[in-house]
Order: sequence, then C-alpha cells, then structure tokens
Amino acid sequence: MLIYGVALMSGCMIVGTFLGRLVGHLVGINSDVGGVGIAMLLLVLVTRYLMDRDKFSKLAQEGIKFWSAMYIPIVVAMAASQNVVAAFNAGALAFIAGLGSVAAGFLLIRPLAALSPKSGSAETSAAE
Amino acid sequence: MFDILYSTMEKVPLITAFLTVGVIMWVSYAIGKLTNNRVHGSAIAILVGLILAYVGGEITGGKKGISDVALFSGFALMGGSMLRDFAIVSTAFGVKLEELKKAGLPGVLALIISVIIATVIGAATAYAFGYTSPVDMATIGGGATTFIVGPVTGAALGASSEVIALSVAAGVVKSIAVMILTPFLAKIAGLDNPAAAAVYGGLMGTTSGVSAGLAATDPKLVPYGALTATFYTGFGCLVVPSIGYMTLVALFG
Repeated sequence: MLIYGVALMSGCMIVGTFLGRLVGHLVGINSDVGGVGIAMLLLVLVTRYLMDRDKFSKLAQEGIKFWSAMYIPIVVAMAASQNVVAAFNAGALAFIAGLGSVAAGFLLIRPLAALSPKSGSAETSAAE
Repeated sequence: MFDILYSTMEKVPLITAFLTVGVIMWVSYAIGKLTNNRVHGSAIAILVGLILAYVGGEITGGKKGISDVALFSGFALMGGSMLRDFAIVSTAFGVKLEELKKAGLPGVLALIISVIIATVIGAATAYAFGYTSPVDMATIGGGATTFIVGPVTGAALGASSEVIALSVAAGVVKSIAVMILTPFLAKIAGLDNPAAAAVYGGLMGTTSGVSAGLAATDPKLVPYGALTATFYTGFGCLVVPSIGYMTLVALFG
C-alpha cells in the first residue's frame, strides 16, 4: 500500500528529529542537531535493506516518490513565505555580513570538493 | 458570486496554495522553455515565489511573505518547515550510499570551516559598524551563519533586541542570496556533482537557501546538499555562543 512508504518515511523523520534533539539536549542547547540529516541516512539504509530483500513494494515506493516530486513546489511555497521585505530593507551591515559569508562559501566549493576521494591523490590521505 | 468563490478558497487554504503553486510552476516552466531551458523553470518559479513574498510583505507589513495575506495563508503550511523537511527526507530515497561516503569528509570539513568563516565575517562587519562588544559581535556573527543561530546566540548571551534583529536580517539576506545566486554561480563554482553539493550544503548552511538553490540548479543534487546543511544550524547554535563567544572575548574583551 502507498501509505506504507509514507509511514516509513514519517517514522524515519520522527526518529531522526528525536535523535537530533536528544543530541542537542545532551550538549546543552535547545536545538535540533542534524535531525533531518539523520532521518535521511535512516531512510537510505532502511529502504536499501528492504529493497535488497524484495520487501518494499512498488506502490510503497510511490508513496515516497510523490513527496520527492512535491519537493520543488514546496520549496516555491517556502520562498513565497520568506521575509523578503526585511532582507531588502536591511541596512548595509546585514547585507555585508550576509553576502560576505555567501561569497566566501562559493569560493570554497572547488577546493573542498577536491578533497573528495574521487580525485586519486586525496584518496590515500583520506584513508589514513 | 465572487464573494462565495473567495470565501471558498479562504476556507481551504492548503488547497488554494496547491492550486496557486501549480499555476506558478506551469507559467514558470513555460517561460523556462522560451529561454530554451537556459534558465531552469524551477529557478524562475522560486524567483516568482520570492517576488510574491515581497509583495505580500509590502501589503501586510507581516514577516511571512504572501502567506500573511489571508487568501494565501496555506503557503505557510505548504512551505513551512514540517512539509519542507519531510520533502527533503523523501529526496534521500534513491541516494547511493557510496556517493554519500565520498561526500562525507569534505562535507564535514566544509561545515566546520564555514561556521568559523561566517562568524568571523559577521563579527568583523559588526566591529566595522561600531558594534565592538564581544556579545554583539558573536550575535551578528551567528546571524551570518544562519538566521536561527543569530537569535539563539543573542538570547544566550543577552544581546539587545536591536542587535538580534540585525543578526536575523543578516541571516535572511544570506538565505535569499543563496536561493537567487546558486543557479547562476553553480557552473563557475564547480557545483555539478554529489561531493560538491555536500560541500556546498556545508558551506552555505541555510537549509532554506540550500534547498531552493539546489532545486533551481539540479534537483538530483538536493539530497547531498540538504544532508550537510541540516547539520549546520545545530552545529552553529552549539559553537557560536560557546567557543565563538569565548574566542571573541579573548580577542576583544
């Protein structure tokens, strides 16, 4: 059934968010540390486990794929709910601080991505 | 008759949002086709979303863009963090574990380096504008990581509401800049493979910026970028008010 896929994903999200908040609580902050990321890893592992054993029906997979396909529309709705006016009217300080960190980020993508094991020489150093 | 239609749509806000976003997508992809897909439809749709957010904010004076307009209040639910995070989780389905492993080390490095750099840039900018106390510098530095880290840091350190508002503004500027700039800078920055996407997610950190930026660039890269980005805010909330603040006290206290 389609709901099995949706329910599986919901379970992953609840467990992931729980673990993220637990970590946050343990280190003394009232915040979720990577809950969604943990949920994503769980989903990857659980679905692979089920699919390797042929226990995950096509229909159940459709339940997940539906939400995956809704991703961009949801992001559009998210964009439409941002406080764009505040960003536009923010003073020079907020602009420089915000844009400065974005610029630094873009400059660092190439050098850091080069550390990925794909590039042969980095592989040995990463394995050490 | 118009009244009845209006109140009908107002009664089912989420459904109205589905309809409206559907129309936005259709128009945006049609425009994208006119440019021979040089500008991707999703990038146009996100830009349309941001314009609507601006219009909504101007009309209502509220903080949640178009969703502050009663007719479009469903946007807040459809684009809120619950469904957004759920959709982000769903993108992980079909991700290859091997690709994730390759992206792991550079992604983690990106996360750490970027929280430091963003905090330094934010703190330095604050200093240049006359906010020279470590509390103010740490708070605005936190805002330069994400708009959640700023107020969390400010609240923890007892910053003034003016400084907290500045830190939120810096974070919102960052998140919107990431949404708009990513599709244009992706090629130059080498953002075209899973490892680069994981690094990008760790470097930008803002979940909303990264999720929209990658959606507008290449939806296949979304899970890798989103995965690292979702750790960023929590990590920032952890280190900026503690290690970050203590470092600033040591330097400027």
